[in-house]
Amino acid sequence: MSDAMELIRVEDLHKSFGSLHVLKGVSEHIVKGEVVSVIGPSGGGKSTFLRCLNLLETPDSGHIFFEGVDITDKRVDINLHRQKMGMVFQHFNVFNNLTVGKNVTLAPVLLGKKSQKEADETARELLERVGLYDKIDQNPRKLSGGQKQRLAIVRALAMEPDVMLFDEPTSALDPEMVGEVLQVIKGLVKTGLTTVIVTHEMGFAKEVSDRVFFMDGGIIAEKGTPDEVFNHPQNPRTKEFLSKVLY
Amino acid sequence: MNFLVIMGRLWGQYWKLFLSGLGMTLFMGFLTVLISSVSGSLMAMMRRSRWGIGKFRPFSAIAAVYVEVIRGTPILLQLYFFYFMLPQWLPFLNLSEFACVMTACCVNSTAYVCEIVRAGIQAVDIGQTEAARSLGLSSRQTMMYVVLPQAVKNILPALCNEFVAIVKETSLASTFFIGELMTQFKTINGITFRVLEPLTIVGIIYFLVTFVLSKLIAALERRMGAGE
Ligand SMILES: Nc1ncnc2c1ncn2[C@@H]1O[C@H](COP(=O)(O)OP(=O)(O)OP(=O)(O)O)[C@@H](O)[C@H]1O
Ligand SMILES: [Mg+2]
Repeated sequence: MSDAMELIRVEDLHKSFGSLHVLKGVSEHIVKGEVVSVIGPSGGGKSTFLRCLNLLETPDSGHIFFEGVDITDKRVDINLHRQKMGMVFQHFNVFNNLTVGKNVTLAPVLLGKKSQKEADETARELLERVGLYDKIDQNPRKLSGGQKQRLAIVRALAMEPDVMLFDEPTSALDPEMVGEVLQVIKGLVKTGLTTVIVTHEMGFAKEVSDRVFFMDGGIIAEKGTPDEVFNHPQNPRTKEFLSKVLY
Repeated sequence: MNFLVIMGRLWGQYWKLFLSGLGMTLFMGFLTVLISSVSGSLMAMMRRSRWGIGKFRPFSAIAAVYVEVIRGTPILLQLYFFYFMLPQWLPFLNLSEFACVMTACCVNSTAYVCEIVRAGIQAVDIGQTEAARSLGLSSRQTMMYVVLPQAVKNILPALCNEFVAIVKETSLASTFFIGELMTQFKTINGITFRVLEPLTIVGIIYFLVTFVLSKLIAALERRMGAGE
């Protein structure tokens, strides 16, 4: 794999919360345009791994290279790199004090990526794409869960990121809203945007991923193409996990 | 009956004193909350500051000690302390009695406002901060554009409650006859040798003010909560 293709490289990542050793040496690389799903049992460290990628969690040791820069280096201005890494959370975290439109334009304008006018233009386009244009002046509190999550995705996209990180984007949704959010993510993945998604939606992971990581006990216990991991798992722990979730 | 008649007569004769006392009380409360809103917010910033040497965060520690000491000692003690010590320590300032009392009130209230601001910020979902940081906003921008606008809804009603508390606590300053409502009771008591009637009038005034304010605060909280 040439360096030019490599977007994220993780080297021997360790992270503890107090005495709880959550990440026990994760090494991986993610290539431009790749779609990676992270699956695994609860508490296996999936969220922690994802949140380390944009340094929402500070690793205890190890390195994370994003676009060739070691962002774990204390001298690096992480804010600059985060602008290129969109993140979508389980609980949406849309800004409650701002209208739907301002949720989308706040960061690009504040960080000098766009003028307010340009940002408004982009926001309109993006919101239209996910069917939220008519809500543009509303307070997001009034939105349904599915709408909030679509807004959160659009908010991240407005920064024109090079990678999108999703942490269980549909886990907090009522079942009837899961589809609309997955649909938006599918559309996104088709555009070739590099994506890392932690998910319990196995069918979805199978369908959209180029590679699947199975995380358990703080390591990537198995990885491979969806076919390899889902249809021919090698690790007994993977088999056990899949037998539980796929019934 | 006699009681009501005397109360009526006292009010007729001294209403100006009562009202000027009330004015002074409200003024002191207002000024205290105004000043300590600023100093308390600064103190909260100190308390929250992460700057430190290793695990030791000096600004945060100083603020924590300040808050604990102020909240752990009686306000009357603080009043005496500043009333007697300030003129001794800073004689060249020629501080008036009122200034000394106000200093004590502000020093006291700063600690409480610090905790109000801190709690108000903490009550904002951490997810809001994480979302803002994940977009590349600095911690300062996150505070200014995302967290504080939401924290204000928690802070404002609590500040009004602090005002109500101060209004009652200023009565302790009557020890030094600085002209607030409780002082006026003492004045009228000194002239008329009556206790129950002027005390009742003063009590009614305190009650009316705090009662009305509490109702207003509840309404304010409801209105702010309506945005939830
Ligand atoms: N901020 C934190 N402080 C303390 N412990 C934490 C913190 N974040 C996570 N943990 C713990 O670390 C372990 C791994 O958590 P993590 O969220 O990464 O798991 P996960 O694989 O995402 O699980 P889930 O599927 O439930 O989301 C868990 O035991 C969790 O309780
Ligand atoms: Mg998780």
